[in-house]
Amino acid sequence: MTDIDETLSGVSAEDVPGAGLDARLVVDRGAFRLDVALTAAPGDVVALLGPNGAGKTTALRALAGLVPLTDGHLRLDGAALDRTPPERRPVGVVFQDYLLFPHLSALDNVAFGPQCQGSSKAEARAQATEWLARMGLADHAGAKPRRLSGGQAQRVALARALATCPRLLLLDEPLAALDARTRLEVRAQLRRHLAEFEAVAVLVTHDPLDAMVLADRLVVVEHGRVVQEGAPSDIARRPRTDYIAQLVGLNLYRGQAEGHTVRLDVGPVLATTEHLSGPAFVAFPPSAVTLYRDRPSGSSARNLWRCEVAGLETHGDQIRADLTGELPLAADLTTVAAAELDLHPGAVVWATVKAAQTHAYPA
Amino acid sequence: MTTTDKSGAVTLESGSPRRRVPRGAPLPLLVPALVALAFLLLPLLALLIRAPWRSLPGQLTSPEVWQALQLSLITATAATAVSLVLGVPLAWLLARTEFPGRGFVRALVTLPLVLPPVVGGVALLLALGRNGVVGQWLDSWFGITLPFTTAGVVVAEAFVAMPFLVISVEGTLRAADPRYEEAATTLGASRFTAFRRVTLPLIAPGIAAGAVLAWARALGEFGATITFAGNFPGRTQTMPLAVYLALQNDPAAAISLSLVLLAVSIAVLAGLRDRWMTAAS
Amino acid sequence: MTRSVRRTRTLQAAGAGAAALLALSACSSSSSSDGSSSGSGSGTSSSQKLSGTVTVFAAASLKESFTTLGKDFERQHPGTKVTFSFGGSDTLAASITGGAPADVFAAASPKTMKIVTDEKDAAGAPATFVRNQLEIATLPGNPGKISSLKDLTKSGLKVVLCDKTVPCGAAAQKALTAAGLELTPVSYEQDVKSALNKVVLKEADAAVVYKTDVKAAAGKVEGVEFPEAAKAVNDYPIALLKNAPNTAAAKAFIELVRSAEGQKVLTQAGFLKP
Repeated sequence: MTDIDETLSGVSAEDVPGAGLDARLVVDRGAFRLDVALTAAPGDVVALLGPNGAGKTTALRALAGLVPLTDGHLRLDGAALDRTPPERRPVGVVFQDYLLFPHLSALDNVAFGPQCQGSSKAEARAQATEWLARMGLADHAGAKPRRLSGGQAQRVALARALATCPRLLLLDEPLAALDARTRLEVRAQLRRHLAEFEAVAVLVTHDPLDAMVLADRLVVVEHGRVVQEGAPSDIARRPRTDYIAQLVGLNLYRGQAEGHTVRLDVGPVLATTEHLSGPAFVAFPPSAVTLYRDRPSGSSARNLWRCEVAGLETHGDQIRADLTGELPLAADLTTVAAAELDLHPGAVVWATVKAAQTHAYPA
Repeated sequence: MTTTDKSGAVTLESGSPRRRVPRGAPLPLLVPALVALAFLLLPLLALLIRAPWRSLPGQLTSPEVWQALQLSLITATAATAVSLVLGVPLAWLLARTEFPGRGFVRALVTLPLVLPPVVGGVALLLALGRNGVVGQWLDSWFGITLPFTTAGVVVAEAFVAMPFLVISVEGTLRAADPRYEEAATTLGASRFTAFRRVTLPLIAPGIAAGAVLAWARALGEFGATITFAGNFPGRTQTMPLAVYLALQNDPAAAISLSLVLLAVSIAVLAGLRDRWMTAAS
Repeated sequence: MTRSVRRTRTLQAAGAGAAALLALSACSSSSSSDGSSSGSGSGTSSSQKLSGTVTVFAAASLKESFTTLGKDFERQHPGTKVTFSFGGSDTLAASITGGAPADVFAAASPKTMKIVTDEKDAAGAPATFVRNQLEIATLPGNPGKISSLKDLTKSGLKVVLCDKTVPCGAAAQKALTAAGLELTPVSYEQDVKSALNKVVLKEADAAVVYKTDVKAAAGKVEGVEFPEAAKAVNDYPIALLKNAPNTAAAKAFIELVRSAEGQKVLTQAGFLKP
């Protein structure tokens, strides 16, 4: 145990100038081009979040050296790694489906890295034993991967990657292969292990919850580009693309702000509490929307739109209505309310949003 | 009580269809399958029926037969070893790397499969013979001549048998997930270490299957062997050569020798199948 | 115009040849043992024109000369066709006793012919039509200075022999025994052509093969005669087969082989007259 603690904290990376990750990853594949800048300090956990095909995994593979860079640079703790082959990069990878070597026991899987780095078999096994104990897997050291549960396999994969003492830990969709119940438990464990890890960790996910729980910082990638990055709470509050807005469950519009109103690009004018001018985003949650069967007479005319129901789906214990019309938006309402309003595709409804429940910010 | 009855019934129901599957071979598959089996076994059966059983013990105790059999087993095994050492890396190259003309190279590798073995033997003479393209240098620099030697038999057998191994291993490699090799390199393994410690164990069943095929082919090899290595008892006369020459003046002896070769191959192949091939599933 | 004139000339020549052959056939039929009905048979065949295919199974060493004779035969008997199956005499004998539809069998040794006569598959007694003698084939220019059978036993010399199971191997063994020599070759080849080829390809320094083979590989090997060869002369028998589909034409072909014309072709190839 103490051995590992020492190796983990052996080099105090913060003291070294240029410590951490500084990369611009450009990978050109004809139709697809990835161009992503990534920086992170030791101890940071960065999540690459994005839809399928956005280039997240390509970015991860480029960091690991499994895909060559077309352009850009890659520096880790001050050392250029652009041309270093994967086996000589101080990088550990936890693959999506773990890729534990099926012919080796859990122990030998974890001992594989140290042994490749020059440790004797006995030393490597001793280190592996400690890592497995740390992961709570001491009893499963002799088990072949196919006898491990999903959560156990995930931890073995993490131990295997950490056993090489990487300066950069990469995790590709670390929780995607797990069922919902295991996921909750493993996510909490992973969070703990990542918090203990003192070098840079980069994880790739398409699940906003995983990203927000595990990472200090989110980098959102769409079509090979970074579209937004920042702290999870910031991104959740102020999404800048439809994809992120959808992920965090917000209605998002772009427009021109003039004082307390924003003229949306789609047409209507929205009243807000913030005082802004120039290009701006306005966001509000679907739960902030109130629907009426007839045009409400008592309500002020501001933020009132005539809409048509395009579709309905259950969303937890709520009904989510997809509306088209003057302003396309999503609205959440209770099942009872939906029944009272007699909502069905094609039904005409009036939607209102209180200015206090919207959030406007500069674009 | 009723619940246990009920659960018992359920397990019975779920169990019986699983057992029924192998029995239900459809006729359009079953009939050709049985014809194929008969087609393959009938000639062997005929060999058994017409075998001169009375003279068989005499044949089997003759030292010439044992000499040929021993030589056959040694050379086939050596040829398989040569095929493994050279063929597995070639299969890896074909399956895992990109280079111009790879499809063409793969076609060339399979050429010995379509080449009549006698032509293969002549080609080997032209390449590795005393006067051959490469052979003349082997002779003048190292004093090595392959024709008429046991090493020549191994060369001829490996030439004909290696493609079986290469094709089998390449297929297995293509089916194997190359990301295991990637995983190994991220753990600090060089590409060779990744191949040796990860890929090789993963494709072991395919290698075993290829080796068995190659061994069987080498054991039965005749044309290339007699053309390249000649025929001398104890040195280059393998069982198939002995069988062929016996056929010239004593067909009964030829049948006996064939039976010996068959029995030995069946014994070895059946033994290997149990130990290696079942590991594939 | 010229073409048609030439054609009539060849037809005339063919007619003359056929007449000569018929005379020969009358001659030989008296000596052959199938006297019961052959007289009337040959009589009818003389009035009938020969036609159809003659299938000849012949030893591999006869390939060149028999191919020439086959063409001659077809020219002399328009409407006939001679097809050959050349191979090892033993293999051919085995296929004949196995029921292969052949008219004529020409073997490289009496021993292989005996396989056929033992099975009563030959019509009448076989006749020896040529003899073949052994010769040493050496590399061009005879770099090993080989002049006798004894020279083959020199160390460092790679010599190939035919396997004892095939006629040329048996003959070579006979010659060696007659000379009182022990010779360990590097290989016992499966047939005479394989043995020769080892010298042609320069893999072996010398081979004991037939004179005819040396002649056929003119330029690629050099022949060295040796006296012991006389003790191991091989007789080539030819026979009409009992189940011959085309008896008349088969007889005519055998007669051509044994005729002066046929013997000329065969001796040119290096065979000895019987």
